[in-house]
Amino acid sequence: MEFVQNFPCISIMLCLFAGIISSGLRDRAAMLVNTGLLLINTVLSACTLLYTLSTGEAFVYVMGQFPAPWGNEIRAGVLEALMALFFCIIMLLSLFGGRHKLLQGVEKGKVYLYYVLMDLLLSSLLALVYTNDMFTAYVFVEINTISACGLIMIRQNGRTIEAAVRYMIMSLLGSGMLLLGLCMLYDLTGHLLMSNLKESVALIVAEGEYTIPLIVSIVLMSVGLCIKSALFPFHAWLPDAYGYSTVSSAAILSSLVSKGYIFLLIKIIYRVIGFDIYRSTRIIDILFVFGLMGMIFGSLSAIRENDIRRMIAFSSVAQIGYIYMGFGMGTEAGMTASVFHILSHAATKSLLFIAAVGLTDVSGRNRQFVELTGAGYRNRWAGVAFTVGSLSMVGVPLFSGFISKLLFSQAAVQNHAKMLPALIVLGISTILNAIYFMKTVIRIYTPVDETAYPSVSFKDMRLYAVVLVAFILLNVTLGISSQPVVDMIQQGLAMFA
Amino acid sequence: MGTNLLVNYGEAVAMILFGIGFGNLLLQPNLIKKIIGLNIMDTAIYLFLAEKGYIKGRVAPIVANGVQSMEAYINPIPSGLVLTGIVVSVSVSALMLALTIRLYRRYHTLDLDEISKRLRKEGL
Repeated sequence: MEFVQNFPCISIMLCLFAGIISSGLRDRAAMLVNTGLLLINTVLSACTLLYTLSTGEAFVYVMGQFPAPWGNEIRAGVLEALMALFFCIIMLLSLFGGRHKLLQGVEKGKVYLYYVLMDLLLSSLLALVYTNDMFTAYVFVEINTISACGLIMIRQNGRTIEAAVRYMIMSLLGSGMLLLGLCMLYDLTGHLLMSNLKESVALIVAEGEYTIPLIVSIVLMSVGLCIKSALFPFHAWLPDAYGYSTVSSAAILSSLVSKGYIFLLIKIIYRVIGFDIYRSTRIIDILFVFGLMGMIFGSLSAIRENDIRRMIAFSSVAQIGYIYMGFGMGTEAGMTASVFHILSHAATKSLLFIAAVGLTDVSGRNRQFVELTGAGYRNRWAGVAFTVGSLSMVGVPLFSGFISKLLFSQAAVQNHAKMLPALIVLGISTILNAIYFMKTVIRIYTPVDETAYPSVSFKDMRLYAVVLVAFILLNVTLGISSQPVVDMIQQGLAMFA
Repeated sequence: MGTNLLVNYGEAVAMILFGIGFGNLLLQPNLIKKIIGLNIMDTAIYLFLAEKGYIKGRVAPIVANGVQSMEAYINPIPSGLVLTGIVVSVSVSALMLALTIRLYRRYHTLDLDEISKRLRKEGL
């Protein structure tokens, strides 16, 4: 066994231990541990990615001494390593970008708790990405939920606690359904490892017996994960949770936490049920319809919103809708587009959240649009970054959002039955996106003659400006050289089968 | 169909309980009742697992009196899953209760809708 094959397990373990150690450290030390952890994990994931790319196949890492049908396993292929690498980078940038707000918003002496939660969140995300065992996935889903709830309420006011309660309630409904679904699947098949499950599920379908319990269990798992990742009708908790928590939390919740659940659903579709069986159950049609509805209604709510943070939050609902629409196409191309959109949305949405906080800070911390007039001149870096993020969301070429829209429309053209609704809704949603994002961009670049608010320059916010530049570069890189990434995604999806 | 339901009455009860818990967690405005619903929901799943994992006439897989035949024991994994699940649900309930205490101290009510109404009035 190559040494690199230990890396996925090491990175998960490192996160868990860092979380435990940080709980006994002071604020600053915990922050340094967290930064070091993220850097190490970035390197480890990059090594894993290079290794899987060079061997061209996924590898399985056996946890403990028990072989396949009994023991627990980790499995890493190109897509898993790519996701892990991306999650680490986005988390690192989001934490750096929101650090000054964190220190302002959280009581002194409690900041270390934030980093403890962050370490645990990263461990659960990596475990969700790498695990090959359904019950381990469930346990880490719960760890993810708990730490995400902590991230929301680390800034203590009534609004965030209420948002955290609502978030918990919806999440618990989702994980209850996930657990029931996977218990039923376990009863049907007698396995918990994904590769064994897939064989047994194929047998069940071939025999033609127990198809109804199988479908019920698939539905329960899919709906559970849809609730947790805030697909359209289940998004009521989202604007408050993203809108009032501290800015790093909002960026991480929208770009990583919900994506972890979606990635788990992709793994279930490919590695547990099998893509063809999943498609034949017709659940994807339901996902498709709700995805389309989410794209429209999320954008409509965003247009009506008068608060910049909540507007970006509602835009997330629309973007999650895009991802589920890609699932709903039921083709390889649609899935590739969805996975690419996971990456592109993660890069763009965290950029928008971080940039928005720079704009509100130079407007007396008011988040209403009226107060933001001319904010792009007072904080030029944030203004440019927000504009880049908006253009990417709308789907202007050069930026990552364009590529995902392009991939979605290509996927739609390949599927005759769903081409028309998908293309029409894509068009409408792009126009709606343009309405609310361009409205904001025009607002922040409207000159005002005299203003009560001060301007900031590069010297006041070095770290923040560097983070924004890094985000912009990430976005443009995804937009310009998208083909290697798309190739990796296709290779990774092929490894899933 | 009907006979299966009679034989598998334990699973049927578990599903009914799951529905009751799910509905309570989703629909009750009172936070404590929501948490009770959460616990009913989780416990129903454990009942389901325990019911599925038990085979009549067999015992837990602890070798006693030198009997080593596989026919004498049940599969330990469902019981293990129940234990893991209990740990998870205990920690989640504790977190929910802590949040409830926070909200109650601030607003002196357990009604989530009422709290939302007041928050909107505060305009925070």
